[in-house]
Amino acid sequence: MSAAESMGADAVGLTKPAATATTPRKKMLELDDLHVFYGAIQALKGVHIEVDEGEIVALLGANGAGKTTTLRTISGLLTPREGEVRWRGERIDGVPAHHVVGLGIGHSPEGRRVFPAMTVTENLNMGAFRFKSVPRAELDRVFELFPRLAERRTQLAGTLSGGEQQMLAIGRALMGQPKLLLLDEPSMGLAPLIVAQIFDIIREINEQGTTVLLVEQNAAQALRLAHRGYALETGSVVLSGPADQLLSDPKVREAYLGEGA
Amino acid sequence: MQPDEILDYLIPGIMLGALYAVIAIGYTLVYGVLQLINFAHSEVFMVGAYSALLALTWIDPSSNPTTFMSVLLVAAGLAVSGTAGAATAFTLEKVAYRPLRRRNAPRLAFLISAIGASYFLQNLAGKLFGRDSRALPTVFENKKVFSVFGTQVTILQLLIVCAAVLMMVGLDYLVNRTKLGLGIRAVAQDAETAGLMGVDIDKVISRTFIIGGFMGGIAGFLFGLHLQLSFTMGFLPGITAFAAAVVGGVGNIRGAMMGGMLLGIVESFSSPIFGESWRYVSAFAVLVLVLMFRPTGILGERLGRSA
Ligand SMILES: Nc1ncnc2c1ncn2[C@@H]1O[C@H](COP(=O)(O)OP(=O)(O)O)[C@@H](O)[C@H]1O
Ligand SMILES: [Mg+2]
Repeated sequence: MSAAESMGADAVGLTKPAATATTPRKKMLELDDLHVFYGAIQALKGVHIEVDEGEIVALLGANGAGKTTTLRTISGLLTPREGEVRWRGERIDGVPAHHVVGLGIGHSPEGRRVFPAMTVTENLNMGAFRFKSVPRAELDRVFELFPRLAERRTQLAGTLSGGEQQMLAIGRALMGQPKLLLLDEPSMGLAPLIVAQIFDIIREINEQGTTVLLVEQNAAQALRLAHRGYALETGSVVLSGPADQLLSDPKVREAYLGEGA
Repeated sequence: MQPDEILDYLIPGIMLGALYAVIAIGYTLVYGVLQLINFAHSEVFMVGAYSALLALTWIDPSSNPTTFMSVLLVAAGLAVSGTAGAATAFTLEKVAYRPLRRRNAPRLAFLISAIGASYFLQNLAGKLFGRDSRALPTVFENKKVFSVFGTQVTILQLLIVCAAVLMMVGLDYLVNRTKLGLGIRAVAQDAETAGLMGVDIDKVISRTFIIGGFMGGIAGFLFGLHLQLSFTMGFLPGITAFAAAVVGGVGNIRGAMMGGMLLGIVESFSSPIFGESWRYVSAFAVLVLVLMFRPTGILGERLGRSA
């Protein structure tokens, strides 16, 4: 039995995030009792998650816990059988994906999913597809955040290294000028040095005003970056709280940071 | 065949190849966005020819048009056949494929639906236009325009090659330089992710059918300018163009152009070399040969992508 199962959500004492002392909370995204199915298989079993304006929220959990399913439901790729997705108070579950991006929700999907036969620039143009023309300032900003992409503008995305493809996937999502950025395992399969770089850039993106919902299996690094965190286990939220409290909780350390009890 | 006869077969081969290329593009475009062989595309071609028959007979059924009338008839034929082809392909997608897509039907269901739609359209045309062959009214007198090393090039050959080249250049521009083209390429490479970027996948698919149908319809009219129309006229050019798309690498637009040209030329040369009865065997012999050595076709590297 894992530590998370044995203690349950209340064991940490913080199912609700503590409001930051200075600024009042401004709810951006609310997932309310989400039940999501793949055919007969239930992947989410009543998930509650909230993201406030300006935060970085980490969504942790082992393989198969339902992290990707959660992001895909927010983006409109999946429709919940029960429960609601609310964006600034309005229901958006059931809104198709190509409209969700127009609300200001950008999604960098699991496995990067760059368009392999398009150049770096074309991939970035794709990120701005919802606009009539490609916003020049945004392109400059992405190239500033990721100078390696600027050097490789005319290279086909399929020929980039894993780290560069990840940067491209994030940059592409930024081209849609999202208010909320969904990142699905940006560290997957990358060398530690590259992961550190990418996490620094995520912090920078957040400091420039974009709210981030970060899905990670790499719990320690994600929690060091995030303001708050949630842990999913087989489709349910089993833990939540401010990131530093989760980080120092011995039971979290055992279950998600790979430390013996 | 004497060396000085080569051009006598090469020029008709290029004309035929241009037609196959234009039709093959219709197969390959749809395959690109849907991973589906639209077997009813041959009937889009047939509809293009019959729509031109209706329009041209209505405008001027006389057998001796003036030059002005010829230009008008060609323009009308192109416009009507393109529009009819586009409308047919658009409707086909809406009726025969979209409902299956909505229900996540298995691939076999799409194939059955395609074949069903194909037979439906064929027999509808047989019912409406009769089961005997028909010919388009005389659109122009097929004069020689110029000669290349003694081989005459006719107005018809020139018209077909020019129309085909124009359509292919236009398509290349559309796919590589416009926003719709960017959307088409994105859907072909990763439809779900394209959706995440704001691409309306249904709209892109629908427009892809329209583009392929427009080109297929015009090919039907051009074909009808030198051969008879019948309700089954789509079958042989359709299956040859499909082979051309596969030879070039299905899903690859430039591959379809190359494959069409190759099969047209091979077909044209096979009758003097092997005899007329081998004419329609040659294209498929090339298909088998190419696939033996390159299972994904000449320019196809994307076939294994979704496997
Ligand atoms: N396309 C699918 N079809 C059926 N089951 C799926 C599909 N995608 C995910 N699942 C199942 O849903 C559960 C959650 O998966 P996922 O959200 O991908 O987890 P995570 O991202 O946390 O690894 C898993 O049990 C997985 O097997
Ligand atoms: Mg996942």
